[in-house]
Amino acid sequence: MSIVPVNSDNPAAHALAVRHRFRWWEALPWLLALAFYFAFPRYLGFGTELLITILFAISLDLALGYAGIVTLGHAAFFGAGAYTVGMLAKQEIWTEPISGLVIAAAVAGAVGFASGLVLLRTTGLTLLMLTLCTMGLLEETANMAADVTGGFDGLDSLPIKPVFGIFEFNPLYPNTQYLYVLGVLLVSFVFVRMLVYSPFGHSLTGIRENTLRMHAVGAPVRMRLIVCYSISAAIAGIAGALWAQANAYVNLSVLGLDRAATVLIVLVLGGYGRLYGGIIGAIAYMVLSHFLSKAYPTAWQLGLGLLLMAIALFARGGILGMVDDLTRRFKERKAPGSGLP
Amino acid sequence: MNFVVEIANMLLGGLAAGMVLFIVSVGLSVTMGLMGFVNLAHGGFAMIGGYVIVLAMNRLGVPFAPALAIGFIVVAAISVVFERLLYSRLYRAPELDQVLFTIGLVFVMIAGVTLVVGPETLPLTLPPSMQGQISLGFMSYRTYSIVLIGVGVVMMLGLWLGFERTRMGAQIRAAVDNRRMAESLGINITQLFTITFAFGSGMAALGGGLGAEFLGLDPQYPLKYLVMFLIVVAVGGLGRITGVFYASLLIGVLDFTLKKYLPQGGTVFIYGLTILLLLWRPQGLFGRAA
Repeated sequence: MSIVPVNSDNPAAHALAVRHRFRWWEALPWLLALAFYFAFPRYLGFGTELLITILFAISLDLALGYAGIVTLGHAAFFGAGAYTVGMLAKQEIWTEPISGLVIAAAVAGAVGFASGLVLLRTTGLTLLMLTLCTMGLLEETANMAADVTGGFDGLDSLPIKPVFGIFEFNPLYPNTQYLYVLGVLLVSFVFVRMLVYSPFGHSLTGIRENTLRMHAVGAPVRMRLIVCYSISAAIAGIAGALWAQANAYVNLSVLGLDRAATVLIVLVLGGYGRLYGGIIGAIAYMVLSHFLSKAYPTAWQLGLGLLLMAIALFARGGILGMVDDLTRRFKERKAPGSGLP
Repeated sequence: MNFVVEIANMLLGGLAAGMVLFIVSVGLSVTMGLMGFVNLAHGGFAMIGGYVIVLAMNRLGVPFAPALAIGFIVVAAISVVFERLLYSRLYRAPELDQVLFTIGLVFVMIAGVTLVVGPETLPLTLPPSMQGQISLGFMSYRTYSIVLIGVGVVMMLGLWLGFERTRMGAQIRAAVDNRRMAESLGINITQLFTITFAFGSGMAALGGGLGAEFLGLDPQYPLKYLVMFLIVVAVGGLGRITGVFYASLLIGVLDFTLKKYLPQGGTVFIYGLTILLLLWRPQGLFGRAA
């Protein structure tokens, strides 16, 4: 086997060597997000929620899409981040937003590391159950410790300091929230993008595709999974912290099965293991949900259920997978015989 | 004496709840053990069964026992259609697809019930013979709870006999232990699974009807009790009827006792214990190691 230089004529080697490079269309989502800010000032609250969902979905993509850890309890980390910010702010211990995010990420990452250390020894149904139970445990604990967490009612009117000491969070005009969340999302996205194209990211994909072989080539499989799970948890914690800061409240809904199932649906709808799946899925889901779920809640649930069944049966790649399929067919028709996508 | 009565109260209430848990979950355990299929929609079949049973009683005036039979048959029939048309396509699919598919199915069931019957809780009126209290010599207790315990024990015995003493039971046990080997011995796994699935869903329907009195019956039922049913199966071990029985009773009594003395956070202990147990024995308390 010889190492193929980057500018080789072999199209497969070339595609592999340049796939981490930024492409022109990757700037589009961010330009659109900025355009949204100016075009729909009345929908910035919705936009903030959407951006937070995207970040949460990306964190799940890292664990589920890249490392193949099937979890039903990812809201545990979203909640850990949200409650960290909420409790610190309510007691007026720490109200600065950006360092608050760092603390939330550290706490959620620590929860992810501790639970990953024991959970990731198992697979399959046991793992699924353990993630569910961990989330349930945190939810019940938050419910029980009403003195610090506010119990069922949660904590409201959290005092959050202005960003950089200048830009105030106003619950009625969430302009600051929107741009702040967009900035955090951009930084996190670039980080995750770097991570999944790094050797570490490739080893995760390897573990997902063939765990036995990765053991055989000497990769520290369990440690890689634990590290990935902790990073994913930390990012989910940031998403939760943003949610708490943007809404200035936190309640038990951040830890519920509903939230965990929703983010899973969002990611699968867009297509998991694709980096952009979370973005596309969150936009599709949130827009549909925003316009349908309040007006026709039952029909919305019915449609969502049918959609999920259809995705599981026929379209495992989600929306992006379908786009891939279509472009491949289109290309094959244009140039029959060229095997590579 | 007071102390004895207290403990008896706790045990009887917990056992009655545990029996319902057993009747609902036993099918889930066997089908998961047989096919390794993660079926999160099992509670949905229990809900549909409960609705069929209670509606047959409330609107058509069918007595309790025949209504239970109707519920069993209707749900078993529905589940065969689902199994043949949809579930069977996903047997070899990754877990994630099975999870998504069954979550989708739960949503469809919830929406379906909301559209057809309505979002309110459906009340179950027990027949007069099962209302009130029954004397147990040293104390009296709710008749219906005693009935539930009796029904549960009878079902357990029936299932156990069927599992241990019939040809089909032996085939199921063989397939749970080693599916490939069973298949190469000429056991028709597909057919076996369809029958087991239908029977398990029918049992869930019975559980939905029998438990409607204290679990309540509303469209959110399958999501509300999903974790509970899964915990029972995970603790009991996959494909083990006796395991699910003991696990159900254990969790039933534990839950009942904790709800009484620690109404605020009793569930924490159940989650915590389940986590510890699964870490110690991933195959469940009564399951055999893979």
